[in-house]
Amino acid sequence: MIWIIPLLPIAGFLVLTVFGRRSPWQFSAGVGAGTVGVSAVLALIAGFTLASLPAAERSVVSSLGSWVVIPGFSVNFGLRLDALSDLMTMVVTVVAFLIHLYSTAFMRGKGDYHRYFAYLNLFVGSMLLLVLGSNLLVLFVGWEGVGLCSYLLIGFWYENPENGRAANKAFIVTRIADAALLVALFLTVAAFGTLDIPKVLASASAAGGSGIVTAIAALLLVGAIGKSAQLPFQLWLPDAMAGPTPVSALIHAATMVTAGVYLVARMHIFYALSPGVQLAVAIIGAATLLYGGLSALTQHDIKRILAYSTISQIGYMFLGLGVGAWSAAMFHFMNHAFFKALLFLGAGVVIHRLNDEHDIFRMGGVRRTDRLLFWLFMIGAGALTGIPLVTSGFYSKEAILESAWLYPHAGPFFWVIGAFGVFLTGAYVFRLFFHVFTGKPKGEGGSRPASAIFYPPMILLGLGAIFAGFLRTPRDLGNVKVISSFLNPVLASQGKESAGISTEATLQIIVAALSLLGVLAAWLGYRRSLKRRGTEAVTGHELSVGGRFLLSGMGADWLADNLVVRPFMWFAGLLRRDWLALVYVGVGRLSVLFHQALRYTQSGLIRWYLLGIGVGVLVTLGMVVFA
Amino acid sequence: MIVPPVYGMVLAAILFVIGLAGLMIRRNMVFVVISVEVMLNAGGLGFISAGSRWGQAEGQAVFLFLLAVAATEAAIGLALVLWLHRRHKSVDSDSARQMRG
Repeated sequence: MIWIIPLLPIAGFLVLTVFGRRSPWQFSAGVGAGTVGVSAVLALIAGFTLASLPAAERSVVSSLGSWVVIPGFSVNFGLRLDALSDLMTMVVTVVAFLIHLYSTAFMRGKGDYHRYFAYLNLFVGSMLLLVLGSNLLVLFVGWEGVGLCSYLLIGFWYENPENGRAANKAFIVTRIADAALLVALFLTVAAFGTLDIPKVLASASAAGGSGIVTAIAALLLVGAIGKSAQLPFQLWLPDAMAGPTPVSALIHAATMVTAGVYLVARMHIFYALSPGVQLAVAIIGAATLLYGGLSALTQHDIKRILAYSTISQIGYMFLGLGVGAWSAAMFHFMNHAFFKALLFLGAGVVIHRLNDEHDIFRMGGVRRTDRLLFWLFMIGAGALTGIPLVTSGFYSKEAILESAWLYPHAGPFFWVIGAFGVFLTGAYVFRLFFHVFTGKPKGEGGSRPASAIFYPPMILLGLGAIFAGFLRTPRDLGNVKVISSFLNPVLASQGKESAGISTEATLQIIVAALSLLGVLAAWLGYRRSLKRRGTEAVTGHELSVGGRFLLSGMGADWLADNLVVRPFMWFAGLLRRDWLALVYVGVGRLSVLFHQALRYTQSGLIRWYLLGIGVGVLVTLGMVVFA
Repeated sequence: MIVPPVYGMVLAAILFVIGLAGLMIRRNMVFVVISVEVMLNAGGLGFISAGSRWGQAEGQAVFLFLLAVAATEAAIGLALVLWLHRRHKSVDSDSARQMRG
């Protein structure tokens, strides 16, 4: 039964691959969105059925038979639906379905319609394998599957070499991290003799905080930060925006990049057992959320702003995981999936309307042409910032920050970083918002009409971005605990429960004030920029040194180029000329030599051939007669 | 006077070598065809001489077959010459060369 959920989109992928090219576009749209839609309905049914069971029984395992059977080790094609994978499955299928629906209109006339939906279906199937896999090998298959689809979709418009380069970058950077994940799997098999997740977790708790557990935790973490674009692997995500915008919404904002968060949450017992690695998770998360927030401040490509924002928000999730607030991190994942998908889809509509313009300094006044989009985008931006009380982002960030405050190792320090991150978030996202939506239209003002299909998915995501937050509210604001009590059987929370109502309320008020201050700062910055630039469309070449530093993502690409890529290429260049290579090159040279010599016999002159035959006959006869 | 068969064989060998030499040396396709004809008939003479040496009729029977083969060969050879002339405006066999070695 559970198997139907991931297999439907994969079946859709196969159908589209085989029949897509020769079918009308309606067929591709129907198969693409239809399979994911049915999956979403099934996932919701399965999810609510699971939630209605008693807490102790909330785990369903389904296996399609065995995969690897060797003495002492076996792996089956097993799926496991428990509270954590259930939450992920519901969010992934629902968001994926909405984005598929949006894409049916968005990708019209942008080429290779069926190929797009085939890849997108394969992605959803792989992502579902990733979250539902009951053992680490199925999870790994899904993990690599989503990586492949990410690569294929970033390079979707492959005619432009720049897109192919971005796809390669994403693939190679995540592959480096995946190598660590693979080693973690080997170590797991070596240490525990199984890859079945519950068994591994049970064995790990039995083993306690031994060295092997710490090593596995650290290696899993490397895999996770690679997939989730955390420092120092964040390089690939901004470039990944070369793909179609709905792809950025689905893969590079809502689902795939949060796979690392899921992996850490799934294996959380390992991190609870190795506090050092867990502290590293928190430090990486905090550093990344600052990095993403600061870098987003001076970007002028609308999608790059959102990409850095995604990096920053996943940083929040990692901070939550690092301080042991597992369910808060998953809660932020869910809300982030809604509001970031909404923002990307909104950005897609803006880009579509303004004839593929990406530069926010050349945009303006979209509020006048599209009032509905203005409100939807405001909901998304507000939720991202965490505007107090009314948005989901406020509740999930608040949950993470409260746990950070209570974290025994330098908790208040992490809290300060997180709170400053809230201010940055408000500043960068509303900077984008004011530039794009207020003021007067710039440029040629030529506006493509938007399709009516764009809006229903965005409205639903907007509702999610507001109301998902009320599934978990702090104690002084209603004390709703739907999410945390649902996840509790899988992700028992770690650490102290509360800091006391008054401290909590004070912290909340500070964070709320910071988010509003961020918006205010964005408004002031926008006014100043208007005064300085006028209403003309000018790109940011008059940035200060610091601004340019932030624009380049703090020179991360330069660093990676000089610290990793070039030494590696240099080393590879050295190896190119070693003695073993000479053997292979020698074989090649030799055959070229023979070729050059024998070439002259192929003259095309029959008389020479005849001469050859005559001489051959003479020699043969001579051998017969005189031997 | 009966010519000894060995003379016939020697004559056949000489004719064959002349034909082969013509085939290798001449570039004019008409002469190439004639050279092939000479070699074929040298072969026929060889059969007849051998048949006479062993007192068997098969040598002469094979020559009758060779006549048919020679007729076909002449037809095909001349057709090739015609094709070559039409295609390259020449009867030089090297003019049909396409491989450059």
